[in-house]
Amino acid sequence: MSEEKTITIEVDGQPLETKAGALLIDVTDAAGIDIPRFCYHKKLSIAASCRMCLVEVAKVPKPIPACATQVMDGMVVQTRSPMVLAAQKATMEFLLINHPLDCPVCDQGGECELQDVAMGYGSDVTRFIETKRVVPENDIGPLIATDMTRCIHCTRCVRFGDEVAGMREMGATGRGEHMTIGTYVAHNLNSELSGNVIDLCPVGALTSKPFQYRARAWELTRHTGVAPHDSVGSNIQIHTRRGEVMRVHPHSNDAINEIWLSDRDRFSYEGVKSEERLTQPLIKKDGEWTEASWEEALEAAASGLKKIASTDADQIGTLVSPTATLEEIALARKITEGLGSSNIDYRLRQEDFRGNSSAVPWLGQSIGSLENIDSALLIGSNIRKDQPLLAHRLRKAALKGAKIQLINPLHLDLHFDAAQMVSDPAGMVHNLAAIAEAAGGSHHLTEQIEVTDEHKAIAEELKRSESAVILLGNLAQSHPDYTILCGLAALIAKATEASVGVIPMAANSVGAAVIGAIPDHGLNAHSMLENPRKGYLLLGVEPGRDTNNPALARSAISSAELVVAVTAYRSLCLEEAASIMLPMSGFGETSGSFVNAEGRWQHFSGAAAPLGESRPGWKILRVLGNLLDLDGFDYSSSEEIRDELRDAHGAEPKVTSLGAAKGKIRSAVTGLARIGETPIYAADALVRRATSLQKTAEAREATAARVNPSVAADAGLSDGDKVAVVQGEGRAEMVLRIDPHIPDGCVWVPAAVPGSESLGDQFGELSLEKV
Amino acid sequence: MKVFIDYIRSLFLLELLKGLQLTGRYLCAKKFTIQYPEERAPLSPRFRGLHAQRRYESGEERCIACKLCEATCPALAITIEAAPREDGSRRTTRYEIDLFKCIFCGYCEESCPVDAIVESRTYEYCFENRGENIMTKEQLLAHGDKHEVQLAKDLEAQAPYR
Repeated sequence: MSEEKTITIEVDGQPLETKAGALLIDVTDAAGIDIPRFCYHKKLSIAASCRMCLVEVAKVPKPIPACATQVMDGMVVQTRSPMVLAAQKATMEFLLINHPLDCPVCDQGGECELQDVAMGYGSDVTRFIETKRVVPENDIGPLIATDMTRCIHCTRCVRFGDEVAGMREMGATGRGEHMTIGTYVAHNLNSELSGNVIDLCPVGALTSKPFQYRARAWELTRHTGVAPHDSVGSNIQIHTRRGEVMRVHPHSNDAINEIWLSDRDRFSYEGVKSEERLTQPLIKKDGEWTEASWEEALEAAASGLKKIASTDADQIGTLVSPTATLEEIALARKITEGLGSSNIDYRLRQEDFRGNSSAVPWLGQSIGSLENIDSALLIGSNIRKDQPLLAHRLRKAALKGAKIQLINPLHLDLHFDAAQMVSDPAGMVHNLAAIAEAAGGSHHLTEQIEVTDEHKAIAEELKRSESAVILLGNLAQSHPDYTILCGLAALIAKATEASVGVIPMAANSVGAAVIGAIPDHGLNAHSMLENPRKGYLLLGVEPGRDTNNPALARSAISSAELVVAVTAYRSLCLEEAASIMLPMSGFGETSGSFVNAEGRWQHFSGAAAPLGESRPGWKILRVLGNLLDLDGFDYSSSEEIRDELRDAHGAEPKVTSLGAAKGKIRSAVTGLARIGETPIYAADALVRRATSLQKTAEAREATAARVNPSVAADAGLSDGDKVAVVQGEGRAEMVLRIDPHIPDGCVWVPAAVPGSESLGDQFGELSLEKV
Repeated sequence: MKVFIDYIRSLFLLELLKGLQLTGRYLCAKKFTIQYPEERAPLSPRFRGLHAQRRYESGEERCIACKLCEATCPALAITIEAAPREDGSRRTTRYEIDLFKCIFCGYCEESCPVDAIVESRTYEYCFENRGENIMTKEQLLAHGDKHEVQLAKDLEAQAPYR
C-alpha cells in the first residue's frame, strides 16, 4: 500500500480526497464530519475498545470502528445511517449502565465527553434496574483526584503512561464487568507529565486535585499564555474566574509542547496565591519593615540609586531572574546603563565565566527537530526533570532508534534507553576530554587522559550519525568548569560534525541573553557578589535560592547600602537583606514576552488582576526610570517595549561558538564533592510556593542529601540519619538517603531547597557530620 | 343615516347608562378587596417568594455546589464559591443571592438536582441598610430551617408537574 497515493472515498454522500492508508476517523475529522469517540486520541495508539465510533461501510455487513479502519479507494461510508445510529445508541446504553449519575458533583461536568455524547447519542431513560458497579477509591498523589467508578475503560491514561510518559503507572486489571483501571500496587503517579491524564480522561475519573470542586468549566475565562518555568515555553491556557487564576491547561502547539504540559507548568499557578506574596511596597526603617505608598517607595529607591551612582556608578549591580519577562529585563538593563553601570547579569546559577560571554546560549535548533536526531550527547543534564517536554522529544527520537548518551554526575532514571557515563564533577571534564580525543580533536588539557572503549564508542556513535547533537544542561551550566565543558563540546562537535547547543535553564534565559542582559565590560553575576557592590537592583531574584552560591550572595547583599528588590514574594532572604521591596505582579498577572530554547519570541497578555498593590514589573521599572530622570522610559504598554526590542534584537539567534576551553580544571576536590542540583520543584520562586507540587514525593525527597552505599559506609552513616552538610562556613542539616545513583566521592545536596541557603557553590568541596 | 343614529344615542345618554349598569353590578357583587395585613390572599404551592436552602433530615445541607442555579440564573443574582469540605465532600464556601438582581423567575429551583434552593411563600421582607439585599448561605439555611415543613409540603404538591 503506497502512503503517497491519493484516493477518493465517499462519506455521507460527500466525496473526500485523502491519502491511502489514512485512518477513517482522521479523514472525517479533517472534513469536519463528527464521529463520536472515547478511546481514540490522535496522539495515542489505537485501542478501538469503546466502540463509539462505529460507522457503516458499504459491502461490510456489520458496523466497523472508524478509528481502526484504514480508508480504501472507493469506500462508501455512512456515519448517520439507521444501522449506525442504532449501534451508537446501544454502545451508549452499555457505557451508561455502570456510569454513575453524579454529574452535579463531578468536576468534569460541563466539559465531559461522555456528557456531550450522551446528549447527542444517548437514550433519555435507562432500562437497567440492577445495581451499578462501584470501584474502591485509590489515592494516587496530591495532583490527581480519582473516582474510578466513573471510568469507562477507554484506557487513554494507560496508553499515555506507556507511550508518552514512559512509565507504565496505570493499568487495567480484571476482565469485563470486573475490569478496573488503577495502579494495582498502591502508589502515586510520579511521572513529571502525569497531569496530562486529566486532559485525556474523557470522563471525571481522573481530575485535578488542586482544582477539585473549585469552579465549573462554564465560569472560566480562557487566556492564552506561556509557561514560566522551563525553556520550552509551553503554550498554556490560563483559566480565570472573576480575575483570579483558577487553573492552567495546555494550549496545543505542535512546534513546542504538542498537546502536553509538564506538571510543573500545570500546577505551579497555586504559587500565585501564596501567603508570601508581597502586596504592598515596603521600606526598611531602622531595621523594621514598614508599609509605604508607591510614591514614597519609588522615590526612596530612585534617590538611593542616584546617590550611589553619583559617587561611583560601578558600585551598582543588577541581578535579574531569567524567569522575568523580556520587557522587565530590558528596562532593568536600561536603568543600570542609564545610571552609568554595566554590571547586569541573569546567569545567577553559573559559576564559571571564563569563556566568551556574548554568545547566546540556546538550543541551536528547533524543539521539533530533536525528534529526528540520530544521536545525542547530553552533558550535565537531568533532562527529564529540568525540561520534561524536551526529554519527551528525545524519547521519541530514542524510540525511533536514536542513541542518546549522557555524561552526568549522577545516574538518571530515564524513560528511554540511554548510555549513561557517570562520574564525579571533575571526572565529567576528563570523560569529555577523552571523547574529544577519541573523536580526533586536540585539547589543551595537560592532564593524562585515559581513553577507554566507552569513550571511543560515544565518539564513534556521534561520527556515524547524520544528525547528531551535543547539548549542555543545567548541571553543566552550574559546573565550575562550564567553559571547559563548552570548549570540549565544541571540539567534539567539530570533529564529529554534530551540532552543539545549550539547554537554557529558565523560561527567558535566551531572551535575557538576546537583549544583552550580560555585562560587556562590567561584572558578571558571580563577580558582582564576590566583589560586593554598594547598591543592588534585584529583579525577581531570591538571593538565598536563585544563585549558584547562596552564602556569598546573602553576605554580599546584606552588606550593601541599598538593595532595591522588585519581587513578587517576600522571602526570608530578602527580608533580611533588602532595603526596599517593590511588589511585582506574579504569574498570569502581567503582559510580556519570553524567548524559548529555540529562539521563538512568544508574547502573552495579563490574565488576572494583580494582587493587592502589586504592579507589573515593567510599569515599576518604567516609573523608576522616570524618577531617575533617564531618557527613553515613555512607554505606555509592554507591547511598545517588545516592538522596540524586536526591531533591535528580533533576528534568530546565531549558532555562535560557546567559548574556548581555557584555564585549569577547578572542579577537582580532595574530599567529598557536592553535586548541587536544583530539583524540579525548587527551580524558581513560583514553583517553590506551589503547595500541591511541594506535597509530591518528588519534592519531598528532593530535600535530602544523597550518597552511595560505599560513601555512607566509609562515613559510618546509614539511610535516614540526620546529617549536617558543611560547606565552607555554611552548614545545613538534612536527612541522608542512600542512593546508588550517586558516584563515589560525591554527595548530592540539592540547591534552592529550604536549608540550602547557607551553603556555598552548587559544586564544591564539603563534608558530612552526623548530628 | 349613521349621523341620525348617533344623534339618538347621545340624546338618550345610552353610553352613560351602560357605564352605570356596570357600576351597579359591582356595587351589589361580593367584594375582592382584602384587608391586608389582617386578611391574606391564598398562595399556590408554586408561589415564588424569598429563597431558602434546605437540609436533609440528618441536618446535612442539601446543596452540593453543582452551580447549575448560578449558571441558569438570568439575572446573574447568584454567586457561588466551592471547595472540598474537611470530609472531602463537595460543598459551597459561599452562596449568595442578590435580591436586588433577582427577578424571582424560579429557574434556580427548577435547575436544582437536590431540591436545595427553593423559593418559599415568604414575600414580606424589607432592607433597611445597604448590603442587606445580599442573602448569605447562613441566612438562606436559617430561612429554610424555619419553613421546612411548609417547603416540603409545597414541593410534594408540585412534584407531579415537574
